[in-house]
Parts: sequence; C-alpha cells; structure tokens
Amino acid sequence: MTALLAILGRDLRLALRQGADTLVVVLFFVLSATLFPFGVGPEPETLARIAPGVIWVMALLASLLSLERLFQNDYEDGGLDLLTLSPISLGLIVLAKCAAHWLTTGLPLIVAAPLLAVFLGLPAAGFGQLLLAMLLGTPTLTLVGAIGAALVLGARRGGVLISLLVLPLYVPVLIFGVAAVDGAIAGLAVRPHLMILGGLFLAALVLAPWASAAALKQAVE
Amino acid sequence: MRLFKEPMALFEGHGLVCVRGECLVFAGLAFSLDAGGALLLTGPNGSGKSSLLRLAAGLLRSAGGSLTWQGEAVLADWESHRARLCHVGHQDPVKPVLTVRENLMFWARLRSGTSKAADAALERLGLLAFVDVPGRFLSAGQKRRLNLARLLANPVPLWLLDEPTAALDRPSTVALEEMLAAHRASGGVVLLATHAPLALPGAEELRLETFAAEANFASEAVS
Repeated sequence: MTALLAILGRDLRLALRQGADTLVVVLFFVLSATLFPFGVGPEPETLARIAPGVIWVMALLASLLSLERLFQNDYEDGGLDLLTLSPISLGLIVLAKCAAHWLTTGLPLIVAAPLLAVFLGLPAAGFGQLLLAMLLGTPTLTLVGAIGAALVLGARRGGVLISLLVLPLYVPVLIFGVAAVDGAIAGLAVRPHLMILGGLFLAALVLAPWASAAALKQAVE
Repeated sequence: MRLFKEPMALFEGHGLVCVRGECLVFAGLAFSLDAGGALLLTGPNGSGKSSLLRLAAGLLRSAGGSLTWQGEAVLADWESHRARLCHVGHQDPVKPVLTVRENLMFWARLRSGTSKAADAALERLGLLAFVDVPGRFLSAGQKRRLNLARLLANPVPLWLLDEPTAALDRPSTVALEEMLAAHRASGGVVLLATHAPLALPGAEELRLETFAAEANFASEAVS
C-alpha cells in the first residue's frame, strides 16, 4: 500500500511541478469548445441542442492529449524496467498511475465543464447529470487510454497512434454520457445511462490494468 | 544415483539462450555463483552482456536452459525473485523535476525502504550535499551515483550491474568497489558487466564472445 501511495504521490508531484500538462488539457478543452459558436452560428437554440455532445467530444479529445505521457517518460529513462522489477504487481502500479493521471486531467476537465455548459447555454436541468456522467465516464477514459499508451511505447509518433487505437473504444462512454445529459434535459429517466457508465467504469477498472501490464511487459523486453 | 547431495550453488544458469529479433546472441551459456560470489561479464559490444543481465532479472525470457536460485526456477516465482534483486541498467531513471532525495525515496518506498537508509546511501555516494537539488541539474556521474544509491537504500542479495562505472570519477569508483566488497562479504551475489578496470577480487570472468561462437555453430547446425 505504501508502494502504491508512493507511485501516486510521485506522479502527482511530477504533474504539479510540470503544471503545463494539466493546463494544456484544460485550455484545449475550453478553447476548442468555444470554436463551435463561430462554426455553427450563435443561435442559442442550436448551441443548447448540441452542447452535451460538444462538451463530451471535446472532453474525449482533450483527455487523449495527455495519454502519451502516462508511461512514455518512465519508458525513456529506464524507470519502467525498475517498476516492472519492483515486487508489487505491475497491474497495481498501472492502477496507481491511472489514478494520478485522472486526478491531474480528468478532474480538471470536470471542474471546467460547467464553464462550457454556461457558455454554450446548456439547459439548467442538464448540469447535474453532466457532472455526474463525467465523474463516472472520465475514469473509464483514463483506464482505456492506458491500454493504448502502453501498446504504443517504442513506436514513432506514438501520440497519434494512441488516438487511432483508443478513440473507437471511447464510443460507448460518449453515447451513454450524452444520452444521460439529453435525457435529463428532456425529462426522461437518466438512471439507466448512468448505470451503464458505471458498469463500463467497473469493467475498465478490472480489465484495463491487466491489459496495460501485459503490453508494458512486452515493451520492456 | 548420487549418495550425497552436491552443495547447491546460490544462483545458477544452465544452457541459457538469448535471441534478439532474429539473431542468436549467445547459446549454451552457463554460470554458477555461491554466496559472496561475483561474475564479471566481458566481451565486445553486442555480445549480450546487457541481455544476460536482463535475463538474470527476468525482464527477458531465455529461449532455453534454466535459471535457478537455491535450486528453484527463478521464473516459477518471479515475484520473490524481483524482491531479492536490484538491477542497475545503463540508463539512470532520475526525474528532472524531483530533488535527489525525492528521486531516491521514491524507489526506496517502492520496496518499503526507510528514509534513514536512503540518507545513509546518499552519504555513502557523496550526494548528501545535493539532497535538495532537482535532478535536472545533476551531471551524468551524479545521476549514476544516485542510481547506484538504490543498491544501499534497499539491501537485497542479488546485484545486477550494467556498466556501473560509466561516467563515474575515480573516488566514486573506489566507493563502488568498497560497496561491492561489503556486499559480497555479507553473502551477496553480483553479476557485473564492464569494460573499465574494476577491482573485483576473486571474481569469475565470463567471456561472452566464447558463447557467441557457440551460437554461430548452433545456428549453422540448425540450418
């Protein structure tokens, strides 16, 4: 347990001291979403209609930005060898690194989301569900992304490759994340969508660290 | 049938085969080390010194043969093997934004080491004056010393050192020689690859090019 806290603490400290990474993700999220009023026109009805989709798609793309650094630094400086050789299981190490990654990218996205919701004129009924859905959905994005980040280690232009690998796997989160917000606005039941998001998170929580660990073992060979 | 059991070596390899890509690097490699033993790996670049060290750590899988610790196959219980070894590769995993102490404490805590042992290790390697200096300001030799400090922060019986003297100045090399002597005196085992002269009294030398010759012979026999 101390070992896992050590990994979590180190990764958080690294992210805070190199604050640029988190800032880039949040700024990309906000800036890219503000392009939509210019692109589709400033009519409030149109913007309110597309707001849930825009916010979710931009959150997916923004979270892709930071995935590359999840294992890349450790891979380049030889630290990944030592993590693999530490007595704790590599799957748990991946889990601790994902937790740190979510705290430094997923959580800031959730904090920035209400700003965009106001900006795009999301109906007030959708606010709570948007935050709840993102709280359930963004950890899944990090966990699934970790598989992609581990698979592309050692490849040239790994960042682009991660997007191609991971984006298709993000589709379920997008569908149910948007459906939850749309449902809340239309006054329909949102529980089923949130349950499915929760289910996706639990499945990713069990499978992703294991799959990432297998890919990392390949990378250090 | 043997009446008496032969005294078992602590760390042994038999018939080890290393294949990288499509190339056979070495084959039929064997070594045997007792407590306090040291194995000096020599050979030209590309003869498989680093590969043998990674193989001994379990990071690489041997294409044949066996690797045993106290008679038990290393890969059958890799978790215990990982707990008893410390591998110093040719890269120094030093994070540029963490201080010297933070860098070492991270690796120490990963193996439940104490800050007291970590500070003692830093003092031994002459890094005590730099504990609060961020990693990005360290020279190559200082990074290497920080990497070597892991050996002392968490004492383990098996040391796997890949070119440990690279970038080290003379006093640090002497400090490393003393560390190696103390480690072996307490029953530890060392596998060490180097090109530089390093005092390692009583060490067995393993010339890897001789097994490369065997590898060529074996691959010819196969084709």
